[in-house]
Amino acid sequence: MSVEERDPKTGYLMTGHEWNGIKELNTPVPRLIYYTLIVTFIFAVGYWVLMPAFPTWTSFTKGLLGADDRAAVTASVKQAAVARSAWTDQIAGRSFAQIEADPALMKAVRETGRTLFGDNCSVCHGGDAKGGKGFPNLTTSSWLFGGSPEAIEQTIRVGINSTHADSRISQMPAFGRDGILKRDEIENVVAYVRSLMDSKAATAIPAATIEKGKAVFAANCAACHGPEAKGNPEVGAPNLISHYYMHGRDEWALYTDVWGGLKGQMPGWEGRLSPVDRKILTLYLVDLGKKRP
Amino acid sequence: MFGFHYKLERKAIGFTLAIIGVASIGGLVEIAPLFTIHQTVEEVPDMRVYTPLELAGRNIYVREGCYACHSQMIRTLRDEVERYGPYSLAVESKYDHPMLWGSKRTGPDLARIGGKYSDEWQVAHLVSPRSVVPPSVMPNYAWLLRNDLRTNDLAGNLKAMRAVGVPYTDEMIANAANDALGQANPDDPLAAGVTKRYGEATNVRAFDGVPTRLTEMDALVAYLQILGRLTEAPYKIVASEAAPAVKAQSEAKSP
Repeated sequence: MSVEERDPKTGYLMTGHEWNGIKELNTPVPRLIYYTLIVTFIFAVGYWVLMPAFPTWTSFTKGLLGADDRAAVTASVKQAAVARSAWTDQIAGRSFAQIEADPALMKAVRETGRTLFGDNCSVCHGGDAKGGKGFPNLTTSSWLFGGSPEAIEQTIRVGINSTHADSRISQMPAFGRDGILKRDEIENVVAYVRSLMDSKAATAIPAATIEKGKAVFAANCAACHGPEAKGNPEVGAPNLISHYYMHGRDEWALYTDVWGGLKGQMPGWEGRLSPVDRKILTLYLVDLGKKRP
Repeated sequence: MFGFHYKLERKAIGFTLAIIGVASIGGLVEIAPLFTIHQTVEEVPDMRVYTPLELAGRNIYVREGCYACHSQMIRTLRDEVERYGPYSLAVESKYDHPMLWGSKRTGPDLARIGGKYSDEWQVAHLVSPRSVVPPSVMPNYAWLLRNDLRTNDLAGNLKAMRAVGVPYTDEMIANAANDALGQANPDDPLAAGVTKRYGEATNVRAFDGVPTRLTEMDALVAYLQILGRLTEAPYKIVASEAAPAVKAQSEAKSP
């Protein structure tokens, strides 16, 4: 069979393919396909001219519209900041007390603060800010470095034992591992601390043990935790009479803390969060503390 | 009009060659010239290489398939920039072989995770994610804390990286295993060599909390803590572009 064979009925040429006597017509591609191809080509040429398209040897064609993703995102971030400035400027310009007295501003603080807290703080301190083992609860009145808005703002800015130049510094020595206290001394001081935080435990512990522990406490612990064990926010020493112990409050947890020491770490947020964001977070935490029954 | 194509279709070899020729035009025109354009990768003088420990951590990141759920690429979109930080620059992946930009986020993007959380948190979270983030769906990686890090292949790793263009020196390659040990043990004399070779800003810490033992956890946390911190360029670019807004903000809050 030759390629030039023409189908007598339709007048089209044959392809020359044949299967069991069935022959294939060589019908042309529908016109619509060609038109579509031409339209897409014209669109492409327009796109090449308007948008960044072709690399040249040392640069690329920038396009007449000057489109640039980086400039666009910078502009949209800036625009959003301007849109928020109606209330963020008030946050930035007013004192903590003034903002707390303004219900409309505090509403904005609660909404934005929750997002900021969720994106940045919640993985350590928990979605409800109630902390976890090794990570402080931020809803109690017990604050390692002070619970005033100014103190909280400072802690957020510089962090604790962080890489920030002005970082808050705090470390509890490893009294057991470094050989400062003997085993029985640690046990006595743990008994003493337990008697302070829990009056029920106090009755179960022999008075002599507590007395011995008290002496150990005065000689080794009082420098940071204070003679009455009420802590010292200057050095981040917690109040040991409070109800909240972030590393656990049972005998074993306390023994481990005294034996191995503690050096918690919180990153400084100055490089990550803007001053307004940090102020919003501070107010958000102050507000969370107030809801406490 | 289509006579030439009609004839070409009838020659198998010729048609195959024609297809290859046409299909490669796109690559030749759009991709090949990128290698000669300097604008593709930003010029950043402070870009530093991964230390051997960080490189080992990166290998563990790849081994455990972290990239399947975590991207390392902040796109030029407002919500990403506001949540994660400055958008990613090409230069930040300059020494990544292969790159780990990822294409799917089951977990959050990690391009700016370095220094965001403490080492303690990273360790607690890798051992048991739900102990710190209850709604997390991430698997536990507790064995990282038990497995000793293999260090005898680190010099070879650095050498392989140098073969594809990462500027490791002979000295770095010769000291690879020792530098890995030193970076995870600040009290060890080997630690001094790490800062000498890789710069003062290098994190030298007991990443997993135990200075005396070098584990896979040390390596992975060291790697995570450097993500987005190899150069300060992205932060500077954003700061310079956003300068007017930042200035306006600081003026507004000065009283």
